[in-house]
Amino acid sequence: MASAARTMPPVEPGRPPVPPHPAAARSTGWRHEVRAAYAIWLRELIRFVSERARIVGALGQPLIYLAIMGTGFGATFRSAAVPRGFSYLEFMYPGVLGMTVLFTAIFSAISIIWDREFGFLKEILVAPVARGSIVAGKVAGGATVATLQGVLLLILAPLVGVHLGLVQVAGIALVMLLVAAALTSFGLVIASRMQTMEGFQVVMNFLVLPLWLLSGAFFPLRGLPLWMTVLTRIDPLTYAVDALRGMVYAGSPLAQALVVHPYRLNVAIIVLFLAAMLTAAIVTFKSRED
Amino acid sequence: MQQPIIDVCDLVKRFGAVEAVRGVTFSVAAGEIFGFLGPNGAGKTTTIKMLATLLRPTSGRAALAGYDVVAHPGDVRRSMGIVFQDPSLDNRLTAEQNLRFHAMLYGVPSAEVEPRLAAVLEMVDLGERRRAAVATYSGGMKRRLEIARGLLHRPRVLFLDEPTLGLDLQTRNHIWEYVVDLRRRDGVTVFMTTHYIEESEHCDRIAIIDGGRIVALDTPDALRRQVGGDVITITSPDAPALAREIEARFGVRARATDGQVIVEQERGAEFVPRVAAAFPSLVTAVAVKRPTLDDVFLKLTGHEIREESASSTDQLRTMARAWGRR
Repeated sequence: MASAARTMPPVEPGRPPVPPHPAAARSTGWRHEVRAAYAIWLRELIRFVSERARIVGALGQPLIYLAIMGTGFGATFRSAAVPRGFSYLEFMYPGVLGMTVLFTAIFSAISIIWDREFGFLKEILVAPVARGSIVAGKVAGGATVATLQGVLLLILAPLVGVHLGLVQVAGIALVMLLVAAALTSFGLVIASRMQTMEGFQVVMNFLVLPLWLLSGAFFPLRGLPLWMTVLTRIDPLTYAVDALRGMVYAGSPLAQALVVHPYRLNVAIIVLFLAAMLTAAIVTFKSRED
Repeated sequence: MQQPIIDVCDLVKRFGAVEAVRGVTFSVAAGEIFGFLGPNGAGKTTTIKMLATLLRPTSGRAALAGYDVVAHPGDVRRSMGIVFQDPSLDNRLTAEQNLRFHAMLYGVPSAEVEPRLAAVLEMVDLGERRRAAVATYSGGMKRRLEIARGLLHRPRVLFLDEPTLGLDLQTRNHIWEYVVDLRRRDGVTVFMTTHYIEESEHCDRIAIIDGGRIVALDTPDALRRQVGGDVITITSPDAPALAREIEARFGVRARATDGQVIVEQERGAEFVPRVAAAFPSLVTAVAVKRPTLDDVFLKLTGHEIREESASSTDQLRTMARAWGRR
């Protein structure tokens, strides 16, 4: 065989490896990881801001719920737990805030399926970045976007007869941020196990919808059958809606009638949920090979 | 001799019962353009994925820039850039945003991001479109942007997995100009895979891979010589006489067939002037056909490189891309 033009010596099996190149020993450590997570967070934000249709849609959907369901149910049903002079619209408003955060956060997490389908996930996964930083950036991004969307809805508060002070807005934003981070993590755990968008409908119908319906967003969590009370207590979103209700009705007699747990307890439970989901998301991401 | 920048020893990857890569051993010198030529499913992408730390080898050893791919994946990743077979850009972001994102993920110092960004975009002629959303780019522009992105963090090795797949001929040639220029200017090692025979001609060395094994590894010229030289066809007024004369004078086998003499000879282009000078009155016209890598592939593997099955995959990919552009 002619091999005169060979430029390389043949490989000898078992030869010791070549010493590393010093140039590669740059940009490691936590600063790099923080910057990488920031990049992933920033991308979520840029995408959110550039998709005006999504923002308008996410504002429109709660409006429709408030206008149709709020008015429709308000005319028909009256709960014994709800004091006179209080509209169903007012009751539903915190639930709609919770719904917006839930859907925005889940949608944000689910977007990694699109990233996988359109190849961009490979760009992220092949980068010299710890999987934990990728999850952190993604969760921070989803949480920020969902909170922004939720806070935007606070503009509607006067329309439903709710008046919010600065402290209440801050309390609402904190709950939104924590629960959105937890829900984005939850969404990442599911999304990283899904290969295509087809599975998304199943997730929506059997996970997200029950989470939402059982959270007490549309009916007071009092006087329910035991099995349903148990389910509502398991649903982490219940505590978010309860905390939002506590803030929205702060100082009004409604708070006593409708809020189940103190704000701090609700926040503590959400933080626990967040810790569990974040850990699960990091573990899931680390165990994936590609 | 220089130390190899990529060093692979008996690398194996098994997916369940399927052995996709069955023990490949090779090394690549720094600054080389090295190609993997083989049909789809030969194990080219799987090997690249192992070198790029995206897949864990079942057994064997591989090192890039001196770092073992299993023990030091972070260092390997920092030392390499990769352009995947399918696009991996964020279509909703602009070219510039895609590059800035990459710079942050690879720890490019903040002060260096802008000059490097300008330089790589300039290199691939996308400077003027830097603020346009990638969704508005053509397939060729996207691929160029991906090459630019792969170079942003100054890798020592650039992996190009089927870099010209689904692109038109003009764009393909354009991309090859960049690659060759890149190696000349920065000394970047380029490791590419292809199933287009004509493209592998751009490589310094080619590994022909089939069924998860390397069946040959050499320069394109040396590989072609394995077929037994060029085919020279001489048109002559007296073919049998010319054949006898050539055999007597040069000691090579010459066959005369209806007005033509056929000689198989290494370095055919150098042989032709000698024949013409020796027997000017017996030579009317000459044609030299170099054996192609197709012939080499056929000889070594016993089958064609299966362009048909490749093209149906191409079609699927083109469809997937069209869908992705929406």
